[in-house]
Amino acid sequence: MLKIALIGAGKMGISHLSILGGYADAEIVGVCDTSKMVTDFLTKHGKFNCFADYNKMLAEVKPDAVVVAVPTKFHYSIIKDLLEKKIHVFAEKPFCINYQQSLELVQLAEKNKLVNQVGYHNKFIGTFKEVKRIAESGALGEIYHFIGESYGPVVLKKKADTWRSDPAEGGGCLLDYASHVIDLVNDILSPIKAAKGTLLKSIYSGKVEDAVYSLVELQTGQTGLISVNWSDDTYRKMSTSVTLVGTKGKLISDANELKVFFKEENALAGYVKGWNVKYITELEDGVDFYLRGEEYSAQLDYFVKAAKGLVPNNINNFASAADTDKAISIIKESSK
Amino acid sequence: MERILFGDNQFFAVNHISDSKSREQSIRFKDDSAIIKVLDDAINAGINTFMCTTHDRIANICDIVRANPEKYRDFKILPCMPYAHKYANAVTELGIAGTLKQYVPGNFFGSLFKGGMAYLSKDYESIMELMVDAEMKMFKGIDTPVIFLQNVITDLLLGLRAYDMLAAFHAYIKKKYNAEAGFITMNMPKLLSVLEEAGITNPIICSSINKAGFRMSGGKEIYEETLRTKKFRAVAMQVLGGGAIHPRAAIEYVCGLPNIESILFGASSKTNIESTASYIEQFDAKNKVTTY
Repeated sequence: MLKIALIGAGKMGISHLSILGGYADAEIVGVCDTSKMVTDFLTKHGKFNCFADYNKMLAEVKPDAVVVAVPTKFHYSIIKDLLEKKIHVFAEKPFCINYQQSLELVQLAEKNKLVNQVGYHNKFIGTFKEVKRIAESGALGEIYHFIGESYGPVVLKKKADTWRSDPAEGGGCLLDYASHVIDLVNDILSPIKAAKGTLLKSIYSGKVEDAVYSLVELQTGQTGLISVNWSDDTYRKMSTSVTLVGTKGKLISDANELKVFFKEENALAGYVKGWNVKYITELEDGVDFYLRGEEYSAQLDYFVKAAKGLVPNNINNFASAADTDKAISIIKESSK
Repeated sequence: MERILFGDNQFFAVNHISDSKSREQSIRFKDDSAIIKVLDDAINAGINTFMCTTHDRIANICDIVRANPEKYRDFKILPCMPYAHKYANAVTELGIAGTLKQYVPGNFFGSLFKGGMAYLSKDYESIMELMVDAEMKMFKGIDTPVIFLQNVITDLLLGLRAYDMLAAFHAYIKKKYNAEAGFITMNMPKLLSVLEEAGITNPIICSSINKAGFRMSGGKEIYEETLRTKKFRAVAMQVLGGGAIHPRAAIEYVCGLPNIESILFGASSKTNIESTASYIEQFDAKNKVTTY
């Protein structure tokens, strides 16, 4: 059985730990976090083998794979360390603060032949998987415009600074929030290569932006809009959507509902001329253990399977996450 | 528990298949009077139990219920705690310890945060108890015969193997509120075996049970087998599969399963409440005849 460990038991780390704990095909050999309150709970109630120092944990429990869910600014050094020790890595998003560091880790993982994945979970949602399939089928004709949007209620008033409000630590709407939809557009169409104009708006945060509005161009020459705002309290939780406008049709999809309009009959098997609506209930494959959305379970299942050599490690690998880091830096640069 | 329980997702813009529908709902139910009107429609259709999250706005509904004792004489509320988004947003911002510090009432954390002393199991149980009490405040004076733990917490503890915390919740609800604890989960078969091992007999478990197999982790077959062979009080939720299954077929499926004590559903219109309730009555009557 694959021996897996966790570094960083915060919100995402605890979520990954719980999903892995309910999962049959991996053994959790260690958990590392600096919060004694968290590790004492996990030791006493979950019988996990906890550590405060990850080097000590690695030496003692010798995991085959590690989930890294520490603040982004620590990703580079910890992941580099793990890859040098020949350990497969699943890292939370965004990948690295500095794009050059992302590239270095891509090469190191490749050189050491290690499985590598980043937690952009949208790619494991049934609706977005179908959007990618439709886009690649050509059924929409030439896709001449797209909109990638994300809105949600994260920062709703001025308050004390945390790492989320410090750009040097991976804070800000662009890195922390917009990265999801940038990554999705990169994957569904092609990676962003230029930004034609960007507005990074601070609404409540002092040092970082709370909204990102950017006109971008992809490697394929397609152009579109990225529109993201994490200070929007008309949303109950984060809502991400993609709109594709083509010469033969138009598609609008969020995580739950995919609507597509085809101008002609027989554009794509299973779809008719005019509007079609598909729901997540028919597009989602079930999971064995559910915590907070099938996609969170599915991405870890994929990682474990990739580490066992059962699937190809080509969804959300370090290379695609590095493309996203690059797009983030392009957008940031164009706002200056 | 009554055969039919009325849910609250529609009031708080929780819609599992459509973001645009959720926005329409949030506009429609922006005033508490709109919620009360639908609850009254449910009561008129013979449904006297309201199963709801501990959302801030439920406090207002509780005020209205308390202010009209005659009208709501037989009305029961089954609270489901916590309203997870409140805490989830706080954890993103403040971290786990920071969130507990903000939400656990009293000065409990003042002493705990000092020094590097170890935390004891009873400390975590005390935190749980204080948080339960904080969530229960709004229901004072209202009949709450079953108090549920929301699926995100049940399943989080299940995955973290903190089975003793599930048992501690169960014991505390009995001791403090003289009520039965219930557990909402997306992993019913797994939860049931864990609760059985923890010595909890005949637990109340609310889980997705629908014809489409939606959110039935591990597959529909193992759910059906668990219902056939195990002893527990099952509540079926998401019976309409998020709206993906036709109501008649959806209810026919659930009513045909053995061992389901209650069916939970929510609806916004009087017509939908009445028709879903009448499907349940209709298929229950039919199944009863077949059994004899």
